[in-house]
Amino acid sequence: MRHLSTWLAALYAGLIYLFIFLPVVVLVLFSFQDGSLPVPPLNGLTLRWYEAIFSDGKLMAALGNSLLVALISSAVACVLGFLAAYAFARYTLPASGLLRGLIVAPMTVSTLIIGLGLLSILNITGLRLSLVTVGIGHVVINLPLCFAIIYASMGGHQVNIERAARDLGARDWQVMLLVTAPMLLPSILAAFFLSVTFSWDEFIVAFLLSRFDVTLPVEIWSMLRSGLDPKTNAIGSVVFLISIAFLVVMEFTVFRKTGKSS
Amino acid sequence: MTADVSIRNATKVFGSFRALDDVSLDIAAGEFIVLLGPSGCGKTTLLSILGGFIEPTSGTISIGGEDMTHVSPARRPTTTMFQDYALFPHMCLRDNVGFGLRMRGMGKAERFEKAFSYLDLVGLRASSAKKPHELSGGQRQRVALARALAVDPHVLLLDEPLGALDLKLRRQMQDELKAIQKRVGTTFVHVTHDQEEAMAIADRIVVMNKGRIEDVGTPASIYMRPRSLFSAGFMGEANFLPAKVRGASGSEAEVETALGRVALPASAFVSGSPAVGKDVTLCIRPEHFRNANADVPTVSLGRGRITGSAFFGTHHRCHLAAGDAVLTAHLPQTDTPQTGAELDLRLKADSIVVLQEGV
Ligand SMILES: Nc1ncnc2c1ncn2[C@@H]1O[C@H](COP(=O)(O)OP(=O)(O)OP(=O)(O)O)[C@@H](O)[C@H]1O
Ligand SMILES: [Mg+2]
Repeated sequence: MRHLSTWLAALYAGLIYLFIFLPVVVLVLFSFQDGSLPVPPLNGLTLRWYEAIFSDGKLMAALGNSLLVALISSAVACVLGFLAAYAFARYTLPASGLLRGLIVAPMTVSTLIIGLGLLSILNITGLRLSLVTVGIGHVVINLPLCFAIIYASMGGHQVNIERAARDLGARDWQVMLLVTAPMLLPSILAAFFLSVTFSWDEFIVAFLLSRFDVTLPVEIWSMLRSGLDPKTNAIGSVVFLISIAFLVVMEFTVFRKTGKSS
Repeated sequence: MTADVSIRNATKVFGSFRALDDVSLDIAAGEFIVLLGPSGCGKTTLLSILGGFIEPTSGTISIGGEDMTHVSPARRPTTTMFQDYALFPHMCLRDNVGFGLRMRGMGKAERFEKAFSYLDLVGLRASSAKKPHELSGGQRQRVALARALAVDPHVLLLDEPLGALDLKLRRQMQDELKAIQKRVGTTFVHVTHDQEEAMAIADRIVVMNKGRIEDVGTPASIYMRPRSLFSAGFMGEANFLPAKVRGASGSEAEVETALGRVALPASAFVSGSPAVGKDVTLCIRPEHFRNANADVPTVSLGRGRITGSAFFGTHHRCHLAAGDAVLTAHLPQTDTPQTGAELDLRLKADSIVVLQEGV
């Protein structure tokens, strides 16, 4: 009886993982398809499609754009999130509970709505669609996340440390830059890398707010319109690999930092 | 460097609560002052006012003759050593100690050299590359001291710096603190609620209660000649005996207690001269019940019966019943007090202190 339930549990867990990862496995597998259709049967293995994507200038430009937008918009979101968290944690602001809720609220709004809203604002202001507007959109999406992560790690025990810094002659910006931010580095990095991975494969806002220079997901989407092709599988695998790389880097930096701090 | 401190009529009100009530105190340059009092009496509030972390509701603070009442902490010639040390967790000891100097724009080489010399002062030079989390509690405490002293404050404020240490380490750190204060000559204002710690390190003790100063003086004078019931009770054990003044002449006064009439020298009245008919309280330290030498003036409170005793190493602590009164006496360690035995309650006349408050 005991045995049976263990086996059932293992089977259940196996199915769940299969369910989650099967699409990715299939995607990666058929990116090596020796043939022009990424569907069974698997005719043989080749690196031809990878060669094709790496020599595709448009695709590589889009990949570069994506990285640029992800890194810069995440950095901006982290700085803004940190400043907001600092203000809420260290000063008594009027209606601070409400204001805090309002900062986090966009997390629950669909990116489609945010994208459309931004689009009409940009129309009104006359700002032309470009990578900058995509970046702005990603800051809007990621700021609540960065704020929430950083705010959660700001505890009362750091207050005395900041006070000591002030007592020793540090000005406000020096306290933030030399004391608070380094103390919160693990959570700031966590926020940064999470935000990078979100921005990296965000499609809707990137699609709505870009025109000539596009990010990778948008470029892939336009590739898809011309039909299935193992090339899309190959670029999809690259996207997946880079996401994993971000996560691993985050795991390492953040984990090592939190493990070390007292 | 060092400076004197003058607190004039400092009052701090939180909402409707008076955390500090009209406190005035003068501290000489280079003095080691200990603020002593029970939890919630306003010690931290007073220290925060000195450090500039809170502003008094009314009253003034001056340091080295300059008015500091509304000056920010960074611009005061004070530094604070916090109870939880508040070290910078991401910096090595050298950078922790050098932080204040860096904020003052001192160059790297000079700053490091000075940081090393202060780490040397607290015996942690060899650990200068370590981070605070690699240190023991006592070592962190030393780093906090070095960091606070490195900027040459005129006044160092210490808020229960030894509170988190175990008893043995605490005694050791008390001696170190005292020695370091002597060496650097800075004025120290140290907060504690441990009266033994206060006696161990203070030049002068300030006894506080409910936002007010009850007593100020050297450890010996506060213990031997307390000026209030609270101060007497907080600085060690004391017997309080209600009494009424029956007669007063120039150098002597006669008081009536539940244990009979006794004649006391006028100098026993530490807080105002004796007035006939007034209710007063006799304050008697338990160790003063030891049989006084016959060649000094003594007073007798009759006899007491031992109702219980316990051995404390340095003395026997005995409970006595004398008439309706219950007293505590500390008898010499060589005695062998027996429950039920009687004791002559005789003590030196000058060991009794008369306080003008009733109990
Ligand atoms: N910011 C504040 N707001 C309201 N009340 C306060 C505030 N700070 C202190 N108090 C009150 O003032 C009183 C004195 O506080 P303080 O911290 O000075 O006590 P303390 O003598 O340092 O006590 P402890 O030995 O417990 O540290 C306390 O009753 C406390 O509740
Ligand atoms: Mg306190």
